[in-house]
Amino acid sequence: METLALLAGGFATALSAQNLLFAFAGCFLGTAVGVLPGIGPALTVALLLPITFKVPAASAFILFAGVYYGAMYGGSTTSILLNTPGESATIITALEGFQMAKKGRAGPALATAAIGSFVAGTIATAALTFFAPVVVELALKLGPAEYFSLMVIAFVAVSAVLGSSAVRGFAMLFLGLVLGIVGVDLQTGQPRFTFGLIELLDGIEVTIVAVGLFAVAETLHLAARHRYGEDELLPLSGSLWLTREDFARSWKAWLRGALIGFPFGAIPAGGAELPTFFSYYIERKLARRPEEFGHGAIEGVAGPEAANNASAAGVLMPMLTLGLPTSVTAAIMLSAFQSYGIQPGPLLFQTQSDLVWSMIASLYIGNAMLLVLNLPLIGLWVRVLRIPRPQLYGGILVFATIGAYGVANSVIDLAVMYAVGLVGMLMKRYDFPVAPVVIGMILGPLAEQSFRQAMTISQGDVTTFLTRPISAAFLAIAAALVLAPPVLRAHAASRARARSSP
Amino acid sequence: MMNIRRRTFCVATVAAVASTQALAPRPTRAQQRFESIFMFIPAGPGGGWDSTGRAIEQAARAAGLVGSFQFENVGGAGGMVGLPRFVNQRRGQANALIVGGSVMVGAGITNTSPITIRDVVPIARLTEEAGVVVVPPNSPHRDWASLAAALSTNPGSVPVGGGSAGGTDHIALGLILKALGRNPREASYVAFAGGGPAQAAILGGQVAAGISGYSEFAEQIKAGRMRALATTGAERIPGTDIPTLKELGVNVTATNWRGVFAAPGITPAQRQALIDLITAVHATPQWKEILAQRAWTDAFLAGDAFAAFLHEDIAKTETVLKDLGLA
Repeated sequence: METLALLAGGFATALSAQNLLFAFAGCFLGTAVGVLPGIGPALTVALLLPITFKVPAASAFILFAGVYYGAMYGGSTTSILLNTPGESATIITALEGFQMAKKGRAGPALATAAIGSFVAGTIATAALTFFAPVVVELALKLGPAEYFSLMVIAFVAVSAVLGSSAVRGFAMLFLGLVLGIVGVDLQTGQPRFTFGLIELLDGIEVTIVAVGLFAVAETLHLAARHRYGEDELLPLSGSLWLTREDFARSWKAWLRGALIGFPFGAIPAGGAELPTFFSYYIERKLARRPEEFGHGAIEGVAGPEAANNASAAGVLMPMLTLGLPTSVTAAIMLSAFQSYGIQPGPLLFQTQSDLVWSMIASLYIGNAMLLVLNLPLIGLWVRVLRIPRPQLYGGILVFATIGAYGVANSVIDLAVMYAVGLVGMLMKRYDFPVAPVVIGMILGPLAEQSFRQAMTISQGDVTTFLTRPISAAFLAIAAALVLAPPVLRAHAASRARARSSP
Repeated sequence: MMNIRRRTFCVATVAAVASTQALAPRPTRAQQRFESIFMFIPAGPGGGWDSTGRAIEQAARAAGLVGSFQFENVGGAGGMVGLPRFVNQRRGQANALIVGGSVMVGAGITNTSPITIRDVVPIARLTEEAGVVVVPPNSPHRDWASLAAALSTNPGSVPVGGGSAGGTDHIALGLILKALGRNPREASYVAFAGGGPAQAAILGGQVAAGISGYSEFAEQIKAGRMRALATTGAERIPGTDIPTLKELGVNVTATNWRGVFAAPGITPAQRQALIDLITAVHATPQWKEILAQRAWTDAFLAGDAFAAFLHEDIAKTETVLKDLGLA
C-alpha cells in the first residue's frame, strides 16, 4: 500500500502542466527519432543532456523517459510501412509488418503495434512499480554461463526466420556471425577483421547493416526491376483498424510479448532485440495458421512490438533499483543523474524517492500519450504509401543515408551500408533470407563474449554450463525445442502406421 | 565534406544553445582569451571524456574566457577512431582541443594504431580517478590480506571482473599481480562491456572480485552491496576509509586520468596560449564547483610537466601490456 501512496505522489508531480509538456515533448521527439533509421534514443538523450543545466531533475527525466518509450513506438512505423527498421529492436517487426502492408493491411499492422506497445508498456510499468527489487535480484543470479545458454535457445529460435531453405538460412546466419566479429575484441583488446581500417575498430553497427539489407536492398531491387513492371502502388484496402479477428489474434500475442520482454530488460546481456526474436518464435509455434508467417501474420507484429516496449520498461528496473545500466540509453540517463549531483545506486529509491516515483508515474502517462499520439497518425502514415514508388524509395534512401551517417558521423558507415545494400539486393534476387544476417550479428558477439567470460570464470571447465542449474535448465529447453518436434512427428507417424495396418 | 561540417555544426548548435541558456548573468568579455574553441571528443556523448569537455565549456563560458564552443563527438575503440580524424583534420589549428586520457594510452598500444596519443600536443591533465578493488558482500575475503593471499597462491582461481581488456582496470590488476610476485598473464581477468555488466557480475557473485574506477562502484560500496578492500591511488579517496595499496604494502599506483591535448603542428606560442587558457579555466570557481558536484579528483598538471608525465605513463603502460601479453 505504501507503494501506491508513493506512486500517487509521483503522479502529483508528473501531472503538473510543465511536466506534462515535457512528457509530450519527449514522446513526440522519441517517435520522430524512432522513425529515422540509425538515430536512436541513446543519441537523442545524449544530445539533450545539456538541458540538465537548466531544467529541474524530474522534468528532465520525464523528457528522457518519453524519448525512450517513444522511440520504440516510432521504430515500428517505418518497419511496417517501408521495410526500414528505425531501431534494431524493430527489425523483427518488419518481417510480418511489411508483408501486411504489401497486402494493404498497413493500418491494422500499425494499430496492433501501437496498442500492443501500450498494453505491454503499461503491464511492464506496473510490474516495474511493484516487483522491481525482486526481479533484479533474480536477474543478478544469471552470470555469463547462463547468458550463453540463453543464447543457445536464441539460436534455436532463429530457425523461425531461416526461410524455406535451411542451407540458405544458415549461410546467411553465418554471414551475420562474421560481421559481428569485426572490431576490437573485448576479452583481449585486439582488433579482428578490421583490415587496418580505423573506422572498423568499433565494429559494424547493427542498424547500419539492417538499414542496408532492408531499405537499400529493397530500393535497389525495385530500381533494377522497374523497367519490367508497371509502377503499381501498394494497395490500401479494408479497414485501417483492427477487425474482430485481428483483435482476437493480437491480444494473446501482446500479453505473451509483455511477459517475455520485461525480464529481458533487467538482464545485462538482454537488450531489446533478443525478446523480439523469442516472441516471434513463440508466436509462430503457437499460431493456428503458421503457414501465414512470412506472408503477413498479425501475431508476428503484435508479439515482438509488445516485447520491445516491455523490455524498455524492464531496462529501467536495474537502473532505478541498483544504478545498473543495461542499455546504452540507460547509461546516458545515469550520467544525467550525475550532472544533478545525484549518484544513482541502490539507495536511489530512498534518497531520491520523489524523483524516482514521478519518473515512474510519467511512464504511465507517456504510454497513454503515445497511444493517443500514434493511433490518429495511422491514417496519416498509411498515406505515405500513396506516394509513387520511385519518389517514395528515393525518399527512403535519403532518410536512411542521413540516419546512418548520424550514428557515428562516419563516411565508412555509409560505404558499408551501401555495400551491404548491394549484397542485399542480390540476396533478394536469389531468395536468400535477410533476417538471419541481422540476428547473427546481434547474437554472435553476445554468445561469444558470454562463452569466453564463463570459461575464464570456470578456469576452462566446459562443464560449467551443465553444473550451474539455471544454465543447465536453459540448455535442456534448447534441446527439447530441437528434439521434440521430430520425435513427436515420428511418434505420430508410427501410431498412424499402426492404425492403418491392422 | 559538406555533410560532415553540417553535422558537426548541428551537434554543436544544440549544445551551444542549451548552455547559453544555462548562464544566468551575462559575464563581461574583458578577459576573453579565445573567440571560439573547437572541442573534439573521441567518445560518444554522455561518457567521461564528453562530460570533461562539456565541463570545460561550462566553466570557460561562465567566466567569459571563451566566446563560443563547437563540439564534435566521434566515439569508438577507446578513442582510437576519433584520434586519427582529429590529427588529420585539425593539424595546425590553434583553437582545437581534444579530450583524452589513460584509456587512450592503452588503446593505442593494444590496437597497434599508426596514430597514437603521441601525435597530439599535451596541454594539461585535469582530473584523475583512483581504482578500487571490491568483492561481493558474501565473499570469504574480509580484507585485502585474504584476497592478496589467494591471488599470490593461484591467480587463476580468482576471477576478477572489470572493463575491457587492456584498459585501466586490467592494467591495475596486472600491476598488482606483478607486485605480488606473480606473472600478470596468470590473471583470470573477465572483461565486461562497460560498468553496468561488470557491476552486475560482481553484485551477483559471478566473479570473485572486481576492479574499476571508484565512482563506478561508490554507490554500491556505500550501500554495503560491495566490500571495498583497497584503492589504487597515491592517497586515500577523500571521505572514505579504504586503505590504498601502498599502505597495504603493495607498491602499485594506477589512476585513470583525463586531460586535453592540442592539434599537431601548432607553434610554441599557440601551445602556450592554450595552456594559459586551461590554467585559467582550472582557476575558476565554476570549475571547482563542477569538480565537487561530479566528485572528480583535481589532478591539474600543465605544459611540460604534463608532457613528462605522459611520456612516463606511456612507457609504464607499454610494459604492463607486454606483461599481460596484449602488446
